[in-house]
Amino acid sequence: MSGPTVPGQRSLVVVTAGLSQPSSTRLLADRLAAATERHLAVLDAPATIHVIELRDHARDLTNHLLTGFPSPALQAEIDAALGADGLIAVSPIFNASFSGLFKLFFDVIERDALSGAPTLLAATGGTVRHSLAIEHALRPLFAYLDAATVATGVYAASEDWGTSGIAGDGGLASRIDRAAGELARAMAVRSPRQRRDTFADPVRFEDLLRSPTD
Amino acid sequence: MQFGIFSVGDVTPDPTTGRAPSEHERIQAMVAMALKAEEVGLDVFATGEHHNPPFVPSSPTTFMGYVAAKTDRLILSTATTLITTNDPVKIAEDYAYLQHLADGRIDLIMGRGNTGPVYPWFGYDIRNGIALAYEHYSLLHRLWREDVVDWEGKLRTPLTGFTSTPRPLDGVPPFVWHGSIRSPEIAEQAAYYGDGFFHNNIFWPADHVKRMVDLYRRRFEHYGHGPADTAIVGLGGQVFMRANRADAIREFRPYFDHAPVYGGGPSLEDYMEQTPLTVGTPDEVIERTLGFRSIVGDYQRQLFLVDHAELPLPVVMDQIEMLGRLVVPVLRREFAIGRPAHVPDAPLHPRVAATRGAEPAPVGGTRDADPAPVGAVTA
Repeated sequence: MSGPTVPGQRSLVVVTAGLSQPSSTRLLADRLAAATERHLAVLDAPATIHVIELRDHARDLTNHLLTGFPSPALQAEIDAALGADGLIAVSPIFNASFSGLFKLFFDVIERDALSGAPTLLAATGGTVRHSLAIEHALRPLFAYLDAATVATGVYAASEDWGTSGIAGDGGLASRIDRAAGELARAMAVRSPRQRRDTFADPVRFEDLLRSPTD
Repeated sequence: MQFGIFSVGDVTPDPTTGRAPSEHERIQAMVAMALKAEEVGLDVFATGEHHNPPFVPSSPTTFMGYVAAKTDRLILSTATTLITTNDPVKIAEDYAYLQHLADGRIDLIMGRGNTGPVYPWFGYDIRNGIALAYEHYSLLHRLWREDVVDWEGKLRTPLTGFTSTPRPLDGVPPFVWHGSIRSPEIAEQAAYYGDGFFHNNIFWPADHVKRMVDLYRRRFEHYGHGPADTAIVGLGGQVFMRANRADAIREFRPYFDHAPVYGGGPSLEDYMEQTPLTVGTPDEVIERTLGFRSIVGDYQRQLFLVDHAELPLPVVMDQIEMLGRLVVPVLRREFAIGRPAHVPDAPLHPRVAATRGAEPAPVGGTRDADPAPVGAVTA
């Protein structure tokens, strides 16, 4: 499912913070990715999909927080996320908010790195009473990161997995399809992202001297 | 090429005993380390500067003046001087004065400091860190080169008709390195002035260090100071040595596991793989250090950190002995092999260069090929 960026293709990166293997969080992430891929194909904007399973990097994330630099494996995942044309971010809801592991990943990413990136927010939980956690916890975080979140967030409680899989009946499948369509359209209208390399292309000293303070 | 040691000057409890030295003990330990560095033939001792506990070195020039009086050939430097929160006028005065006392045996490494609360204690704001480094240094640069300065900036009160006294020794300003771990803006600043660039080379993987140094070299050439491979590069490094590797790792591990910066994080083994930290035999330290050349090119200064995380002073003195007697003589010889003749040494004050039988600044020191005469320096 994961692969290197293909020139001319967009890159869809999925960040999932499920803990068990397999997890309902990963299941939801995969459904969202597949639906987004279908919509992108219809829009003639094919994408490669890369999944970042945060559990695999839990120790490296803690080490990065403590030492200030990532391991090579974590660096590769961060680079993938920063180069993404679209992002799907899925967390389990613990104690009324995203999990600590989910937040760790976004804490070690540079402040402006996700600026403008089309982003779909999703979450899982044991009860529908946590549905609004996407709106009160995830959305403010991504607003701060200046990501371009799509309007529909997808929350899946245990009972949602027992609903009809038919899109259009208002159940989980419908919400997945609607959110994926929004993300795909946001990705399709943008050219593939190009990151500026501050080392290859430094700001001239004279310009830095003139830059405003405060 | 210059070799030496640098100390952050932290006071931390020894994890194997729970005992922390007093501030007095720590300050005297730094003096003892500097004197030992000269005794065993190292070239440089650099002191940190901090204005918050648990660090002791708040007054680097006091330390440097005292050590200069007790040594004959050791170059005293800083790691780093806080160009952000210090008044550039006071830096200009203090270090010019120190030049006169130390007969030119000083230089400085500029750094920003990354502790937010320290800035407002001196009337500044960490969000202006880069801007402060630029503006303060541009003023400092002029104060050492122009006898009468009229100046106005955004972050300090203006100056009219100001003369910084004393003037630099023989009219030659102290050599300046700019240190930064991750900010390309500082590599750009060092390149713009044709100053040195120092990477502490402790906390980051080699490919990051290489990107910073490559940028500095490329821009040094861009600004017309000479070919990229003649730019003046310094590196840090962190080592712990014993006669065999297993003993070194066993003895150092508790200090690593509880060190203020990386304790509780990666394993010692992972950290050694991902950063330049070398714990092992003197030969392993030599091999790893020689490898730095393949990362940053032929460079001018190598400083080692040997007293981090409250290693006991006798252990630290052992480390300095091993550096001076076993490691550095080999490094001098090996680094000289294949080093192009046009690659300069780090600039020395003309008075210092003269005592070493070298050409005066900007290029000084021809001692690369010769192991230092161990212990032959006291007058």
